[in-house]
Amino acid sequence: MAAQKPRNIQEWLEQNVFALMFATALAVSVATIVEIVPLFYLNDTYEHTATDDAGNVKFPDLVWNHEGKRLYYKDESGNWASDWKPGDGVRPYTPLELAGKDIYMREHCMYCHSQMIRPFRDERERYGHYSLGTESIYDHPFQWGSKRTGPDLARVGGKYSNEWHTMHLMRPQALVPESVMPAYPWLAENSIENDFFGTHRDMKKRLEVMKLMGVPYTQEDIDNADEYIKGHTEMDAVIAYMQVLGTMVKLDDSKAYRE
Amino acid sequence: MDTVVKPQYNDGVVKAFTLAAIIFLVLGTFMGTYAASELAWPFLNFDTAEITFGRLRVIHTNTVIYAFGGNVLMATAFYIVQRTNGRPLYSNTLAWIQFVAFQVGLLLAVISLALGMSEAKEYHELEWPLDIAVALVWILFTFNFTMTIAERDKEKVPHIYVANWFFFGLLIMVTYLWVLNGLAVPVSLFRSYSMFSGVQDAMIQWWWGHNAVGFFLTAGFLAIMYYFVPKQAQRPIYSYRLSVVHFWALMFGYVWLGAHHLQYTALPDWVGSLGAMISLAMIIPSWGGALNGMLTLSGAWDRLRTDYILRFLIMSLAFYAMSTFEGPVMSAKTVNALSHYTDWTVGHVHAGALGWVAMVSIGAVYHMTMKLWKTEMYSMSLINFHFWLATIGTVFYIVGMWVSGIMQGLMWRAYDEYGTLAYTFAESVAAMHPYYVMRATGGVLFTTGAAIMLYNMLMTIRMANARQTNLAHA
Repeated sequence: MAAQKPRNIQEWLEQNVFALMFATALAVSVATIVEIVPLFYLNDTYEHTATDDAGNVKFPDLVWNHEGKRLYYKDESGNWASDWKPGDGVRPYTPLELAGKDIYMREHCMYCHSQMIRPFRDERERYGHYSLGTESIYDHPFQWGSKRTGPDLARVGGKYSNEWHTMHLMRPQALVPESVMPAYPWLAENSIENDFFGTHRDMKKRLEVMKLMGVPYTQEDIDNADEYIKGHTEMDAVIAYMQVLGTMVKLDDSKAYRE
Repeated sequence: MDTVVKPQYNDGVVKAFTLAAIIFLVLGTFMGTYAASELAWPFLNFDTAEITFGRLRVIHTNTVIYAFGGNVLMATAFYIVQRTNGRPLYSNTLAWIQFVAFQVGLLLAVISLALGMSEAKEYHELEWPLDIAVALVWILFTFNFTMTIAERDKEKVPHIYVANWFFFGLLIMVTYLWVLNGLAVPVSLFRSYSMFSGVQDAMIQWWWGHNAVGFFLTAGFLAIMYYFVPKQAQRPIYSYRLSVVHFWALMFGYVWLGAHHLQYTALPDWVGSLGAMISLAMIIPSWGGALNGMLTLSGAWDRLRTDYILRFLIMSLAFYAMSTFEGPVMSAKTVNALSHYTDWTVGHVHAGALGWVAMVSIGAVYHMTMKLWKTEMYSMSLINFHFWLATIGTVFYIVGMWVSGIMQGLMWRAYDEYGTLAYTFAESVAAMHPYYVMRATGGVLFTTGAAIMLYNMLMTIRMANARQTNLAHA
C-alpha cells in the first residue's frame, strides 16, 4: 500500500512527523504567550506600579525607598540596627531572614501554610488584610502555597513572641493540642552558618545572586551578610523570617489596592 | 504458512521500564499512605527530619508522578511506537542508556529530597543538577521516539497512529514546561533560586503545575488509552474524527488552565477569569476523549464481565470523565472560593491520579506483561482482587477528601449569631481527623493492590522463564 496523497492538512500532518511536532508546539504556545508575557510588562501586575487614569503611580509607598538608608548595620554599641521600621514598605530580606526562608523551603512549610490572604470577610478577620502582589516582589521563589493544612502565614509576623515560636516548633502539640504539625527539634541544634554536609552557608553569594535578579541589595549589605548570621541557629533564622511576614507594609482599609 | 516476517522489536528495554514502573508504584503509594497517616497521627513523624510530612509528601509525589508515571510512559511509548510503526527502536542502546540514567536519577532524587534539597516549586522540587539531568534524559527520550517514527517504512505505514500524536504532545510540552519553570540561578551545588518572583513566578509555576497534569498525566496516558483500549477490546477506536478533535482541542486548550489555581490571589483578575472560562470549555474535549474510549466497547460490553484487564481500562475512563468534570467545576470562581486551600483539591488530584492515571497504567501493564513475556498471567483472580482493592481504595480516598474539604471550607467561613467567626482554625483541624483516617485506609487498600500486582507479575515472569527453559531442554 503506497502512501495516498493527503486530502487535508490533518492527513498531511499525520504523514510528516516533524510538521506534526511543529504544529503541536505552536498549539501549546498560544496560551503561554497570552497569559504569561503581559505579566512582565503591564503596570498593574503589581500594586506599586499600577497607575491611575492620569498616568500617576497610585501606591509608590508600598515599596521601601532605601535611598541613603541602610537595610542593616552595626551601631556604636556593636549591635545590629536598621534604618527600616515595620510599615516602611516592602524591603529585601536581611541575611538572617533569607537564610530562614531557605530553611522554610527545605522543610516545605508552604505545602501546608499558604502566604496569600484572599479578599474575603472571614479571611480578613482570621488573617488580616488581603495580600498584595507587591508584598512578594523579592520572593524568589514565591511562597503563596496552595493548601492550608495549617493556617495562612502571610501576616503571622508579630502575632506571637519568639519564645512561643520556639516552643511551637519544638513540640506543636504542647501549645496547640489539635495540631497535626510535625516537630522540628533539629532546628534548635543546627547552626545556620552550616549548609548541607557541613558546608559553609555562603550568604554573600546568596545576596549577590538575589541582586543579580533585581533585589536591591547594596554592596555593604552583601559584604556583611556572613557576619550578620554568625552565632545563630536554624531556629533563630526561621523565626526571624516568620516575624517579618506581613509587617513590611501598613495597609489602609479605606484604599482599594486592586479592583 | 505465514510468510510475513514479523518485525523484531526491542522488548528487553520495555520489560525493564515496565517492571521498574510497578516497583515504584508500590514504593510511591506506600510513601503516600505513610504521609497520609502522619496527618492522622502526627507521632508517626518520629521527630526525624528525613521522614517529616513536608519532605515525605514531596518524595511521594515525585515517586508516583516521575518514577511510576515516567517509567509507565517510557515503557508504553517504546512498546507502542515499535508496534504502530512496524519496526524496532531507532536505537536500542540509547533506550538502555535512558533507562539506566533515569533510574539512577530517580534514586538521587529520593535521597536529595529526603535531605531537604529543593527548589521549593510544587511538583518541580529537584535541585538544579538533577533538574538538568532529567531534562537531558527527556530530550534523549524525545529523540529516540521521534526518530523511530521518522525512519519508518512510509510505504507500509504512511500515517502516524493517534497514540503517537499524544506522545508528541507529552514530549514537547513537558520539555517546554520543565525548562521554563526550572529557570533558576544556583548559589551552591545544593541550592538555587528561581529567576522569577512574586506574581510572575506564581503564574509560571501554575502554568507548569496544571500542564504537568494536562500533558504528563493526561496526554501521555491518553496515548496509552488510544492504543490499549482498542487492543484489549479487540475493536477499532470508536471514532477517528473524534480523536482528531480531541487531540487538537487538548493541545490548544489545556495550556490556558493554570491560572485557575490562582483565583482571588494577587494574580491580576483577567488571567484567572480567562483560565476559568477555558477550563469550563475543556469539559467538551475531555468527555469526547473519554467517550471515544468507552464507546470503543459498544457491542462488546459483556466482555467486562470476564476481562479484568478491560475493567481497569474502562474504570479509568470513568474516573477520567468524573475528574475532568470536577476540575472545571472547581475552577469556577464561586466554587473555588470554597474549595481552594482545602483537602478537596487533594481529593481531586487523587481522583485523577489513582482513578485515571494509575488504573489505565495498571490495565496497560497487565496487557503488556502477557505480550512481552508471551504468557498468560500467573493469576487472573488476583487481577480481579486487585481491581476491587484499587477501586474501593480510590473511592475511600476521594470521598474522605470531599467531605473534609467541603467541611473545612465551610468551617473557615462560618459565622455565629454574634457575627464573629464560629470556629478557630485548630477546631477545623481536629474535625478533619476521621477523614484523614479514612484517606489513610484508602491508601492502604490501594497500596495492597499494587503489592499484589507486583507479586502477580513476578510470578508470571518466573513461570514464563521456567517454561522457556523447559522448552529449551525438550
